[in-house]
Amino acid sequence: MLEIKGLKVDLEDEDKSILKGVDLTVEAGKVHAIMGPNGSGKSTLSYVLSGRDGYEVTGGTATLDGEDILDMEPEERAAAGLFLAFQYPVEIPGVGNMTFMRTAVNAQRKARGQDEMSATDFLKLVREKAAMLEMSNDMLKRPVNVGFSGGEKKRNEILQMAMLEPKMCILDETDSGLDVDAMKLVSQGVNALREEGRGFLVITHYQRLLDHIKPDVVHIMSDGRIIKTGGPELALEVEKNGYADIKAEVA
Amino acid sequence: MGLPQAKLDATEARLASMTRPQGGAWAIAARDAALARVRAMGLPHARDEYWKFTKPDTLVAADAPQAALFEDDDAIAFEATDRLSIVFVDGVFDADASDDLSLEGVSIERLQEAAQKDIHWARDVYGVLETNGQTPVARPLAALNSAMATDGVLIHVTGKATKPINLIYHHKSEASDAMLHHVIKLDDGAELTVLENGPAAARFNKVMEVEIADTATFHHVRTQGRDHERRAVTHLFARLGRESTFKSFTMTANGILTRNECVIELTGDDAVAHVAGACVGDGDFHHDDTVFITHDAVNCESRQVFKKVLRNGAVGVFQGKILVKAGAQKTDGYQISQSLLLDGDSEFLAKPELEIYADDVACSHGSTSGAIDEEGLFYLRARGVPKPIATDLLTLAFLAEAVEEIEDEDLRADMVEKLGSWLERRRG
Repeated sequence: MLEIKGLKVDLEDEDKSILKGVDLTVEAGKVHAIMGPNGSGKSTLSYVLSGRDGYEVTGGTATLDGEDILDMEPEERAAAGLFLAFQYPVEIPGVGNMTFMRTAVNAQRKARGQDEMSATDFLKLVREKAAMLEMSNDMLKRPVNVGFSGGEKKRNEILQMAMLEPKMCILDETDSGLDVDAMKLVSQGVNALREEGRGFLVITHYQRLLDHIKPDVVHIMSDGRIIKTGGPELALEVEKNGYADIKAEVA
Repeated sequence: MGLPQAKLDATEARLASMTRPQGGAWAIAARDAALARVRAMGLPHARDEYWKFTKPDTLVAADAPQAALFEDDDAIAFEATDRLSIVFVDGVFDADASDDLSLEGVSIERLQEAAQKDIHWARDVYGVLETNGQTPVARPLAALNSAMATDGVLIHVTGKATKPINLIYHHKSEASDAMLHHVIKLDDGAELTVLENGPAAARFNKVMEVEIADTATFHHVRTQGRDHERRAVTHLFARLGRESTFKSFTMTANGILTRNECVIELTGDDAVAHVAGACVGDGDFHHDDTVFITHDAVNCESRQVFKKVLRNGAVGVFQGKILVKAGAQKTDGYQISQSLLLDGDSEFLAKPELEIYADDVACSHGSTSGAIDEEGLFYLRARGVPKPIATDLLTLAFLAEAVEEIEDEDLRADMVEKLGSWLERRRG
C-alpha cells in the first residue's frame, strides 16, 4: 500500500538533512509502528508524506498504491486516501467543526468523482461516529479544536479519520497529551477502523499506545533511518532497555 | 481663526454648485444652522488630520465623478426577509417602488414633505445629533448633508415594530449625486430594525441620525456594493438613553471610495452600543471606517469590531476612538480592528485611540494586520479541502467576529452568504 524507498529529506530553510534514506513498506490490512528517540525524524516523515511545506525531498520515492504522492498537493494526497492524524491538531477559530468535516468529506468525494453526501446522511454518519468516541454535540458545533482539551483534540482527529475513511492512516504521536481513559477511547476508535484494505503507520515514543493498538510490525528509527525492524516484541524491548542498546547493536 | 483661502474657495465652490432646498420654518432653521456650520468648518481637505488616510477631493468636488451602473447578478440582500421597503432612485424617493409607508407602532414620513411644515418633531433630532458629533472632531460633509439634503425618511417608533424597514437605494444615472438624510426616533421601550442596501448613486452622501430613548432597541444591518465605481460618504449618529441598545453592522464589498463614519453618544446609564463592519476589497478599493464613541454615563458597554479582507493593492482604513468622560464609571469599552492581507500589495492603516477621564473603567483595543494562517491552511488541505476553498473558509472565519455582531440569525446567514459568494468569484 504505502511504499517508501530511499527517502532523503532536507529542511528547506537550513542546510540540514533530516531523513537519510528511509525504506518502509506498509501492506494493506497491517499496522506498522515507528518508534524512536526525539529528533530521529519520525514526525518529519509524517509531514513529508502528507505534503507540508518547508521540506525538500532530495532523493527516493514514496508511493501509495503505486502512485507517486510526493509530487501531489496535500489535498490530492488526502483524496488519494492518505490521512495524517496530527501530533498538534490545529485550532481554527470561526470554522465550525461540522462545516469543516462536511467540506472535507465532500471535497474528497468530488475529487474522486463521487456525488456529495447529503446534509442528512452526513449528520447521521457524524453522530454515529462521534458517539463511539464519546464526543458531544457541543464539540461538533464548536469551532475546529478551539477550546478542546488535548484528549478532545486527538479524539477529533480520529473522528475525522472515521469520517474520511482513508486507505492509509498515519498517526503522529497520537498518544501525546492523553490520559489513560482518552487513550482507550482513541485506541478503540482506531481499532474499529482496522480492516483488510487499510494500512496504519503509528508513530510513538512509548510502548503504552501499542498495548491498545497492537502492531504487526515495529520499526526503530534513529538519525533519519530505520535501523531495526521486528515484531511487537521489539516495542517491549525498547520499553525495557531504551534505544541505546539497539543503537549500539546496529552501529 | 479664519479658514485657509484654498479651503474657503473649495467650500464656496461646492456650495455654489448646489441649490438650497425650500422648506417650512423648522427645516429652514435647521438647514440655515447647518450651512453656517459648513462655512465655519470648511469642507475637508487632504491636509486635514482626520482625512490623512482618505482623500476627500472627489467627495468635495463641485461635480460628482461618474460611475458606471451595476447590474447585480447575485441574490439581492434581505429579499428573503419580511420587511417594509422604502426605495430611493439616485437619491429620490420612489413611491411606486416602495411599500405603503404604514407599519404598526411606527410613523414614516418623507423628509421632502415633512420639511414643508412649520413645526415637526424631527427638529429635535435633525441636525442636532450631527451638531453634537462635530466636537471634538469636525465632520463637515455631514453638516453639508444637513444643509442640503432634500430627501430621506423621518421615522418615529412608538412601539415594537413588527418587521424591519428596508431602505433600498438604486443607482440609475451614471452622473447622479445624491444626498439623503434620515432621522429615526425611538420612544421609551420601542424597537426597530433598519436594513439598507443598494448602490445609491455615482456619489452618495448619507446621514442617519438615531435618537434612542430609555430601554429602546435599534438594530441596523447594511450592505454596500458590489458596485465598484461609486463614491460614498455616510454618517451614522446615535444617542443612547438609559438601558437602551444600538447594534449596527455593515458589509462592504468593492467600492473605489467609501467612508463610513459612526458617532455614538452613550448618555444614559447601562446602555449598550455595538458597531461592526466586514469589508472585502480587491484592487483600487478604498474603505474607511471612522468611529467615535463617547461614554457619558455609568456602566455602559461599547464594542467596535472591524474586519477587512484586502487583496491586489486594496486599502483599508480604520480610525476608531473611545472617549470616556469624567464620571462615566464602570465603562466597558472594546475595540478591535483587523485586516487580512491576501497579498503583499494591500495596505491597512489604523489609528485606534482611547481617551479616558474616569478611573474605574475597562477599555481595550487592538489592531492587527496579517496573512492567511499557514498552519490552518495546511490542516484543511491535509483533510482534502482544495487550497482555494480552504483559503475562503479561513477568510470567512476571519470575518466571523464582525458578522456575529448581527443578532438575527437569518440576517447573519444572509451576510455570510454574500461574503462567501464574493470570495468565490475571486477564486484563483
